[in-house]
Amino acid sequence: MPPAPDPLRADGFAGVRLHVVTGKGGTGKTTVAAALAVALANEGLRVLLAEVEGRQGISQTFDVPPLPTTEVRVAGGAQGGEVVGLAVDAKTALLEYLQLFYKLGRAGGVLERFGAIDFATTIAPGVRDLLLIGRVYEASRRRHDAKHHRGSPPEELAYDAIVLDAPPTGRIPRFLSVGAEVAGLARMGPIHSQAGSITELLHSDATRVHVVTLLEEMPVQETVDAVAELRELGMPVGAVVINQAQAREDLDALGAFGGLDAPLNSDPTAAAKLSADLEAVGLDLPRATVEGLLDEVHRHTERVALEVEQLTVLEQLGQPLVTVPLLIDGIDLDAVTEIAALLAEQGMVP
Amino acid sequence: MARTPVLDIDAMLADRHTRIVVCCGSGGVGKTTTAAALALRAAEAGREVVVLTIDPARRLAQSLGLTELDNVPRPVSGLADDAVPGGRLDAMMLDMKRTFDEVVLAHSTREAAEQILANPFYQAVSSSFAGTQEYMAMEKLGQLRARADREGTWDLIVVDTPPSRSALDFLDAPKRLGSFLDGRFIRLIAAPAKMGGRAGLRLVNVGIGLVSKTLTTVLGGEMLRDVQTFVNALDTMFGGFRERADLTYALLKEGGTEFIVVAAPERDALREASYFVARLEQEGMPLAGVVVNRMQPSAAPGLTAARARAAAEQLAEADRPAAAAALSLHAEVSELAARHRNLVRRFTAGHPSIPVVEVASLAQDVHDADGLREVGRRLAGLP
Repeated sequence: MPPAPDPLRADGFAGVRLHVVTGKGGTGKTTVAAALAVALANEGLRVLLAEVEGRQGISQTFDVPPLPTTEVRVAGGAQGGEVVGLAVDAKTALLEYLQLFYKLGRAGGVLERFGAIDFATTIAPGVRDLLLIGRVYEASRRRHDAKHHRGSPPEELAYDAIVLDAPPTGRIPRFLSVGAEVAGLARMGPIHSQAGSITELLHSDATRVHVVTLLEEMPVQETVDAVAELRELGMPVGAVVINQAQAREDLDALGAFGGLDAPLNSDPTAAAKLSADLEAVGLDLPRATVEGLLDEVHRHTERVALEVEQLTVLEQLGQPLVTVPLLIDGIDLDAVTEIAALLAEQGMVP
Repeated sequence: MARTPVLDIDAMLADRHTRIVVCCGSGGVGKTTTAAALALRAAEAGREVVVLTIDPARRLAQSLGLTELDNVPRPVSGLADDAVPGGRLDAMMLDMKRTFDEVVLAHSTREAAEQILANPFYQAVSSSFAGTQEYMAMEKLGQLRARADREGTWDLIVVDTPPSRSALDFLDAPKRLGSFLDGRFIRLIAAPAKMGGRAGLRLVNVGIGLVSKTLTTVLGGEMLRDVQTFVNALDTMFGGFRERADLTYALLKEGGTEFIVVAAPERDALREASYFVARLEQEGMPLAGVVVNRMQPSAAPGLTAARARAAAEQLAEADRPAAAAALSLHAEVSELAARHRNLVRRFTAGHPSIPVVEVASLAQDVHDADGLREVGRRLAGLP
């Protein structure tokens, strides 16, 4: 009999076309979003990676020139897959939208001169967020342009998957429910139906919202709050991605120096043990260095204990957990590739 | 090479001319904790302080001994026994909707206020419009300062700023509001007939007709009417609102305000910090310096990562797993610490005249006043 599936392991999210990646500021959600896009592209998929906060995080992560408001290929994947980047701009999206749905022609320019475009994209409630999501929604439904993709049947979707580097957890429930909110404000008409279709996609089984966190109290608390809010809104929550996790494998060995009851650097027994071990391989370090090493051991043990505590909190959420270790060398393109492989191994891709 | 000047937090807090400290930075760099730690440190040095936070961090409220932070300053008890006498600390958290409601109530007749508060557009703008938080942070700062001047309640206001995507949005708030109010669009939407009559030019009228028609097509008549009601109702109040926002903006440029840019030793956070520094310079805002939180400390700097790694291998072979693990750990800690130092060095090389203080990361999260005190000590550059 095959082993029972582990509920805390991601199941590949087969059938999911829109991956929304959020997280508290500073948790590395842009990196995780980029890595997820690469992991999907390595499955041979054509992936759109979209950002909506005007920070040019995609171009920085992939080390390419700043993205224009159009879709640009930023990386290739295995088996013919690729990552296409898009920095969604609300103003451009609005003008495109008006052109597409209302064939406005000259009126677009007049609206711009009258400040109506600025009003809509900066002041009018929710419209900005709706435009940003709307642009992603449009990309998710677009069909191949037959002229450019002779090999593909024209009815095939332009993207197999979309990864959205979304606003941080504090703003995400509101951002994702903007469709419903605007549909309520505009009680009929084209905006109403457009907002309704977006809401439908976001609540469907083709969408997952992944939350990136660190194993620290504040980000974990925000993750727990965000997951609860998203569930209440009926949005399908995906994986919780634990980023920058400390290595835990060395804890058993380090435990030989003593527990967390007292600082290790002032523990003579621990110092004597470490000095003796070091001398055995011919390393004679000054007392201060030995105490410093024990201080680091103590600190690390303390940190890991805290992380284990936070991990327990996350496990209680009952969502799949995916772990990305702390990468000492920082985040560059190689690191993104490494994280992509880790995400794939842990069931983030089909 | 000239040494980077060190940001002297204690001198800044002790200077009675310092009346406002604004902490800004991208999300997740410890901005709110830094603001609270600065406020506590100043209060224990004898200043009368109010701290305005933006983040709804319950932990932070608890660490200040409050069950909850809300839109009204609450006194924080539990200043240290050895604190300089005369100090006090109040803490509050910005509630943008309530602050907006208060502005409406204070600046309109009761009838008009009720009409505004009930308008669906007002409700959406006051609780969810990206940008409202920035306007309201400015509004609240202005209120606190006015109260401090009037009642002599506080001699120092410490402000945390919203984690905006373009994190200095709050600086743009008055200007954006101004251009919005002076814009043709708001006049058009508020009173299309009046403007058409006054402008009198045929070309403009054609434009207006086109805009009105487009708006009706796109928004639908009902939504347009809601917007019009909202804009008309707010029209009278907006003037006062904008004036105060301008005053607060001017206040920030005055002597007595110090900006602190908070960052973390990560590429993105330091890039944001560079952007802040440039923006503040451009606006003529006084920058006290940069705080780099979350620095990896190294407790045994005498032993290089390479030597530790080689020794760890030997120790593993000699079957001494505990010491091997300790030295592997040290190698990683040293490499991380070196990377952090390099990132800060690159930042300071680009901004050689800006004072910087590096704050070592805590092994534990901040839970209580002692934790905040520890952060405060580190901010002051104490070991």
